[in-house]
Amino acid sequence: MKLKQIMQLLSARPLTDVVDEELEISCACASDMMSDVLAFPKEHMILLTGLVNHQVMRTCDMLDIRAVCFTRGKLPTAEALEMANEDGISVIATDLTMFIASGKLYAGGMNNGTIG
Amino acid sequence: MSILKEEFPVAAMDFVTAGEASAQIKRMLKKLGVDPGVIRRLAIACYEAEINLVIHSDGGKLMLELNPDNVTLISEDVGPGIPDIDLAMSEGYSTASDDVRMMGFGAGMGLANMARNADHFNIESIVGEGTKIEMVFDIK
Ligand SMILES: Nc1ncnc2c1ncn2[C@@H]1O[C@H](COP(=O)(O)OP(=O)(O)OP(=O)(O)O)[C@@H](O)[C@H]1O
Ligand SMILES: [Mg+2]
Repeated sequence: MKLKQIMQLLSARPLTDVVDEELEISCACASDMMSDVLAFPKEHMILLTGLVNHQVMRTCDMLDIRAVCFTRGKLPTAEALEMANEDGISVIATDLTMFIASGKLYAGGMNNGTIG
Repeated sequence: MSILKEEFPVAAMDFVTAGEASAQIKRMLKKLGVDPGVIRRLAIACYEAEINLVIHSDGGKLMLELNPDNVTLISEDVGPGIPDIDLAMSEGYSTASDDVRMMGFGAGMGLANMARNADHFNIESIVGEGTKIEMVFDIK
């Protein structure tokens, strides 16, 4: 699934200067705990999270995660967004809750990434 | 003879820079052309170790050594130490504070994750003195 389709499914808007809508995403992981994300990483994964600090971007950097979606209208801190822009991570945001966003992606054919 | 030897100090409770050493190490190994699979496993374990230094110790360092057939990573700190290593190694056990959980850590997954990603894992700890973890990542 392309990031573009994910944005449509979640009515998500772009937050970073560059959002690569053609990015191929094969699974999703939903968590606020970065140590959980680190425990079961997969490739071409999008991270759904409500954690807004810059450790989210550090974690993405370490795991080569190229796309992040903030849920329930939460927005990353200025430092987090700056880091994402520097690292070229595509960051989007949806007003949907993590549960609903996950459900929509699952129903839309997205594979289970890691947790739950 | 090692190809590269490098030390990275890590400060306690500094969440602004937490993870910078690991990011630097990852970039360094990438530049040197180390196998991507090895880098991936090492980056995860290194980041977990670095975060532990930040949230559990009074300060420490990461020591990286690149050899022809492996990469060795040592985390060494001064701090409270770990009274029961078996318990600390079990997934879900954490003494992290709520403040640390707010930062996205403290799920009790780190040590087990390090052991899972490394080809060789050894941990030694003395209560009241500190903790030393040695990890070896084989290059096939
Ligand atoms: N360097 C250290 N010094 C003192 N205690 C430590 C150290 N590293 C780990 N511990 C103890 O071992 C426990 C388990 O560590 P582990 O890394 O597995 O989980 P965590 O750091 O609490 O959470 P997570 O790694 O999921 O963010 C810690 O909660 C802490 O009590
Ligand atoms: Mg930890």
